[in-house]
Amino acid sequence: MRAIGIILAGGNNKRMNELSQKRAVAAMPIAGSYRSIDFALSNMTNSHINKVAVITQYNSRSLNEHLNSSKWWNFGRKQGGLFIYNPMITMDNGNWYRGTADSMYQNLNYLKNSHEPYAVIASGDGIYKLDYNAVLEYHIQKKADITVVCKDLDPAKEDLTRFGLVRLADDNRILDFEEKPMVPSYNTASCGIYIVRRRQLIELLERCAAEDRYDFVNDILIRYKNLKRIYAYKIDTYWSSISSVRSYYNTNMDFLKPEIRKYFFREYPDVYSKVDDNPPAKYNPGSAVHNSLVSSGCIINGVVENSVLFKKVFVGNNCVIKNSIILNDVYIGDNTVIENCIVESRDTIRANTTYIGDPNDIKIVVEKNERYSL
Amino acid sequence: MIKKEMIAMLLAGGQGSRLGVLTSKVAKPAVAFGGKYRIIDFPLSNCINSGIDTVGVLTQYQPLRLNTHIGIGIPWDLDRNVGGVSILPPYEKSTNSEWYTGTANAIYQNIDYIDSYNPDYVLILSGDHIYKMDYEVMLDYHKSNNAALTIATMPVPLSEASRFGIVITDENGRIREFEEKPANPRSNLASMGIYIFTWSVLREALLAQKDVPNCDFGKHVIPYCHERGERIFAYEYNGYWKDVGTLGSYWEANMELIDIVPVFNLYEEFWKIYTRTDSLPPQYIAGNAHVERSLLGEGSEIYGEVYSSVIGADVVIEEGAVVRDSIIMQGAVIGAGTHLEKCIIAEGTVIGKNCDLGVGEYAESKLDKKVYVFDLVTIGENSVVPDGVRVGKNTAISGVTTAEDYPDGALESGGYIIKAGGKV
Repeated sequence: MRAIGIILAGGNNKRMNELSQKRAVAAMPIAGSYRSIDFALSNMTNSHINKVAVITQYNSRSLNEHLNSSKWWNFGRKQGGLFIYNPMITMDNGNWYRGTADSMYQNLNYLKNSHEPYAVIASGDGIYKLDYNAVLEYHIQKKADITVVCKDLDPAKEDLTRFGLVRLADDNRILDFEEKPMVPSYNTASCGIYIVRRRQLIELLERCAAEDRYDFVNDILIRYKNLKRIYAYKIDTYWSSISSVRSYYNTNMDFLKPEIRKYFFREYPDVYSKVDDNPPAKYNPGSAVHNSLVSSGCIINGVVENSVLFKKVFVGNNCVIKNSIILNDVYIGDNTVIENCIVESRDTIRANTTYIGDPNDIKIVVEKNERYSL
Repeated sequence: MIKKEMIAMLLAGGQGSRLGVLTSKVAKPAVAFGGKYRIIDFPLSNCINSGIDTVGVLTQYQPLRLNTHIGIGIPWDLDRNVGGVSILPPYEKSTNSEWYTGTANAIYQNIDYIDSYNPDYVLILSGDHIYKMDYEVMLDYHKSNNAALTIATMPVPLSEASRFGIVITDENGRIREFEEKPANPRSNLASMGIYIFTWSVLREALLAQKDVPNCDFGKHVIPYCHERGERIFAYEYNGYWKDVGTLGSYWEANMELIDIVPVFNLYEEFWKIYTRTDSLPPQYIAGNAHVERSLLGEGSEIYGEVYSSVIGADVVIEEGAVVRDSIIMQGAVIGAGTHLEKCIIAEGTVIGKNCDLGVGEYAESKLDKKVYVFDLVTIGENSVVPDGVRVGKNTAISGVTTAEDYPDGALESGGYIIKAGGKV
């Protein structure tokens, strides 16, 4: 293979509110059976990238547990493998990762010791399918120094201020790049997926570090945009970044649409995830499920509408759950009403309770796990 | 040096002809079960949960599905540097190459495999039972009795004992007599076909009986050990155990999983059952769909109604279809407006629109009246049933069928259509 992979999964995002108290964004459960990082990892393995580093820092326990074996994504080979880099103290560095560029610089040996000519850098919070080889072909054809995967977004539907936005020349060279602007000037967003020649990347990172600069976007993309040939590779397929509660909710609800399910679940290539060995979902008398996704290990006794149930959710008798996302391993007691909510994983919802959010302000429900004390 | 205290030999070579068209292209242990599993997952999961990490799987009849399912054993943690799972098909030898002619003969032909692990004990399992059992407890029992052979047994109602192989024990659990399907049983302890042998004893018995035609554990090896006065003990097991060797018991065992708290509970965290999962997505239940009293596998899409059924992974049930008391395996498609009642639909089968399956009066099967009973409609894998046909009870269908195969648009009760090949 011509490229190694790097997945940046270290970040927190304040816009995830309570949801990121437990885990890094890259470990957020998606579409019932997956975690956010599965999409980047599956894209890597499906693009025949054999050697992938995952760089983690913030709240990485949940993510590291998910990556307990590289088998699930077909890594774990003699040629290549999955490498997880947490911050570490060395003789000449005692710092945490101070930014995306710094996190790669601190693991520069991974880049130096590889022989593949290119590096694909992706973030762990994108939900998409992409053949990185196609981007690499484009990168070579454009004689680019850096290629950035971009997508045109609809300002009416997306909050553009949470993206990096670019202005393009006719040949798709990036002329201007504004990072999370207060007032967006463009509507073409960077997807946080980059291709750089490996030696070029080493050089850029070393120079960055020598100048005490730490951020890949601000200190490399924006600073070098007139010096280096930075090109945009545009995609028009599904792409979503889940880095806010609203976009997380919408992304999950997107999977209720048949065309989105077909695209991700039925069309080549597959998305892989850690196998959980749960039994099939069970529908008991009294269950009435409509327009919803249900994952393995669920047991349902109540009413579920327009919702996404993750793995091992128990829904008690006479419950009504609408327009909600119930994360893994939640126990919902009898006669409970939940509407417009995201229920945090491993919650125990007591019987006879009501949680109602607003369609425009999704409520996040965090309860204790009282499974063994009740 | 390689040394394993106990290794397991899993007999998975049989056809299981009493499952009819379900096993026309796969061995019985590879038949789907419970919306997600295959029958062989139960003994394999029991092995790894009991701490047995070396398992030889003896295959012979239609092994393709078994081979791909087992692979290198990753789902059961049986991918090991030393030991793990090995598929053992019959092989050519410099003299007298032969198929596995009997259960004991199959083990005899693999003495070298067993010897290579230098075991003290060998566990003999069969691939057609649904149960959870800790073989380590059984091994402790075997060791504490200083036994040569321990046979797992379970109490059955005395009235049914005449259908089983019965053992008669003394007060210490030592077996004094065997009775095969006795008319007047003197005990209610039935053999489960699970044996722990002290390897030196089994090895000697296999070599002594190597020329016995169709050498079988029940008919030859165990009587041989008994005659020589070896210490043979009965280990009494009191959990759920089901032989799914007939269409009726197979259907029943699936239906028992639907109970609110099933006797055989797959939802316990303890003693998980593992399987190869090639489908991960969640299932989708559409706005007009209704699902009650059912198990549903991953990735299925339900637009119709499902009651009291076990549905496998990636099944599509189209709008207006109604499925009752049925088993539908992975990848099957049930056309819009079709009604199913007491059907077993094997993998990849496509049922057309507006069909009516499982209707009409009772009639004896014309294909095999011993196999196709219980009023079931049984459809083999990758079959096709055209739009708008009616199919009666105790029927069997296999292969791609077209409207011409159904005179007056119907297959009457007891009828069958068996065609070669299936849809690609």
